Amino acid sequence: MSATLSATGGVSFAPVLERKFPDGSVSVERRPAADVPTVVAAPGSFHEAARFLRDDPAAGFDLLLDLVAVDRLKLDGPPSFRGDERFQLNALLYSTKRNEHLRLRVALPATEPRLQTLAEVWPASNWFEREAWDLMGIRFDGHPNLARLLTHNGFVGHALRKDYEAGQRWLCTDEDVLQTALAAKTDLPEDVFETMTLNFGPSHPSTHGTLRIVLRVDGERIVAAESECGYLHRCFEKMSETHTYTQVIPYTDRLNYCSPMINGNGYARAVEQMLGIEIPARARAVRVVLSEFSRIMDHMVCIGANLVDLGGLTTFWYSYQAREEIYSLLEACCGARLTSSYARIGGLSLDVPDNFVEWCRTLGRSVTTHIREVETLLTKNRIFQKRMSGTGVVTKEQAIAWGFTGPCLRASGVGYDVRKDKPYDGYDEVDFDVPVATAGDNYSRYLVRMEEMRQSLRIIEQVVSKLPGGPVVSDDYRVVLPPKEMVYNEMEGLIFHFKNVFEGIQVPAGEIYSYTEGANGELGYSIVSDGSGRPYRVKVRPPCFPLFAAFEKIIIGGMVSDAVATLGTLNIIAGELDR
Amino acid sequence: MNDKKVYLPTARIEPPLAPGVPSTVGSDFLTTKLDALVQWGQKNSLWPMPFGTACCAIEFMSSVSSHYDLARFGAEVVRFSPRQADLMIIAGTITDKQAPILRKIYDQMPEPKWVISMGVCACTGGFYRAYHVVQGVDEIVPVDVYVAGCPPTPENLIHGLIELQKRIQSGELARHREAKTYVPIRVGTDPQVESLPAWSKAVMAPGRSHGREFPEMAESAEAEAAEAEKGSKA
Repeated sequence: MSATLSATGGVSFAPVLERKFPDGSVSVERRPAADVPTVVAAPGSFHEAARFLRDDPAAGFDLLLDLVAVDRLKLDGPPSFRGDERFQLNALLYSTKRNEHLRLRVALPATEPRLQTLAEVWPASNWFEREAWDLMGIRFDGHPNLARLLTHNGFVGHALRKDYEAGQRWLCTDEDVLQTALAAKTDLPEDVFETMTLNFGPSHPSTHGTLRIVLRVDGERIVAAESECGYLHRCFEKMSETHTYTQVIPYTDRLNYCSPMINGNGYARAVEQMLGIEIPARARAVRVVLSEFSRIMDHMVCIGANLVDLGGLTTFWYSYQAREEIYSLLEACCGARLTSSYARIGGLSLDVPDNFVEWCRTLGRSVTTHIREVETLLTKNRIFQKRMSGTGVVTKEQAIAWGFTGPCLRASGVGYDVRKDKPYDGYDEVDFDVPVATAGDNYSRYLVRMEEMRQSLRIIEQVVSKLPGGPVVSDDYRVVLPPKEMVYNEMEGLIFHFKNVFEGIQVPAGEIYSYTEGANGELGYSIVSDGSGRPYRVKVRPPCFPLFAAFEKIIIGGMVSDAVATLGTLNIIAGELDR
Repeated sequence: MNDKKVYLPTARIEPPLAPGVPSTVGSDFLTTKLDALVQWGQKNSLWPMPFGTACCAIEFMSSVSSHYDLARFGAEVVRFSPRQADLMIIAGTITDKQAPILRKIYDQMPEPKWVISMGVCACTGGFYRAYHVVQGVDEIVPVDVYVAGCPPTPENLIHGLIELQKRIQSGELARHREAKTYVPIRVGTDPQVESLPAWSKAVMAPGRSHGREFPEMAESAEAEAAEAEKGSKA
């Protein structure tokens, strides 16, 4: 985090902003080049600033990525900490037209932090606000349903506040679980002849044991729906705060457990950006190869599991075989099948096996066969087409408003892919296409995923053909463990080793939002450091979260069986949804 | 129990069928104890109900798919309805929010029923010593086999299943159930229950705990309380 930017702070529309808010209530904050540009608003003008950022053509931030609440109680040092302004709320925004990120920041007092809801500016903020209320205790006035989201109703306190003990549990009883607002709701249209409430999940094969939807159905048609998550909220963010930077890596594997490599790489990249270190070219290439294989695994499971839910078990056996073969490669690289913990801050934990290039090529060929097999089973299958085409439709405008990213956004006609639009790890050096569909239905989402797998294979082929040699981990021993010979023979090596193990990596105080393309969309990490060996705050931007938040709106008017198909193509992974 | 192999010219079922199902008399008869026969049947036709929530569920999917094929061990018919299952495989982290649902589903399963706790999260809470995670599903349901690993490899899960089958066949579990004692088995490396100091576990808020309805676990709770008291004096 070295060079700071000029007076505009990387914000191209700074002059317009100044003209719009001459009293200085909304201003540009100077941020290091690695971080996203930031605009700070006073609580009074927060809402107005949000509207301006969305509507002004010079800004045009139409997509809300994330709301990050930070409790600054125990943070000292950074100049932005101002007296009793204990809480900070950061809205992370993206402009699909101008391909730019922005952070809109507001500080809130310690007592009764409250803010006007953003739900009418960016509908995606609905669930993000509920999360901020649940975990951080920030109230949003005018919010339609400000109830707890991730924790249960028997929970007392707000878990991510710094004065909340990490291990303090609260009992959840039957009464806390089974109540929903929808079950009691009676204001339904009069022409509905007879409706009934149907509980769907969390223990239901198509909800993967962790999602719950309460439906009001008229025959088979859904007239109202309410979804609930949090059944797998295992406190990733609180756990990160109690571990060193390196110890967080295993936790990241368990976020999206269908493609664990991508999460670890994204997290390591975020910390590397804070430290301002470069990783060796070989580590970068291996990260890309294994990330792309993970993407294939993720898409394969998504399609396979979706078909199981639809009643076509056969596809699952074919798609899972590809996954087993990729597991073998991962196991050879790092020793674990699923939860790889392969990335390290500064590179990778181990070098790849000698026959890596050859293995990748063989694997590429066999995965191509599996993709073709799955395609033969599905793409022109009439039953499959009838179930998928025209169901679960999300228009382009809806997808943007609901904060979609990844394959689901691209299936609705917006070609935003972080690998292409904000290249990292050498994605700009390889030739690949970003598939985009326009229909926005389940079938398009399936097609986009199928094509993405082929493009991933193209990337892998190009990267392994030029796989650089050399080390897989940086030689900056402030961050990386020195080799054993150095530890045993040199005083300096021993000191580095000791410091790294006992104190953890010392990341300079600061803040970052770093993002990569996960299998489900933009996977972002917001990290706040207080200069110690442990992260002060880690917030993941889970790509699934906005998808599942919109699910209850997508399925209205469709059949219950279409809801199952839609849930499958959205590819909700509870680990990253609930964290 | 007769260990001698008796081969009869017209025997359709080749002996020995299983321990406790010793011999055939004539082509269409076999003599055994009813219990042994039932246990042999139960052992070889386990109907698992996967209570899969997290990463372990993905490895469970590996176990049942083509490569590892759990069907080879008679646990082929995966049921998502607790009413049709007799083996609950808890695969994944159970949170406090999920806990009442787990208990409800367990109660809905008909007797006799068994529980495999798959992975460290289900066994002990794993490395989630946190405000929303159940520190071991034995807070909520009795567990017959603990399978360690994060997540356990499919081989390890299959090992756990075979161990369970052995116990079912020997009648050990049935006897324990009758006597209301409870001796779980651990598979793989130690799921580190004992080795952890008490402070490192996430704790329930004072005055609130899950209603433990099985007496054998209540004893262990008492023992824990006594230990905690001892610790606080020291």
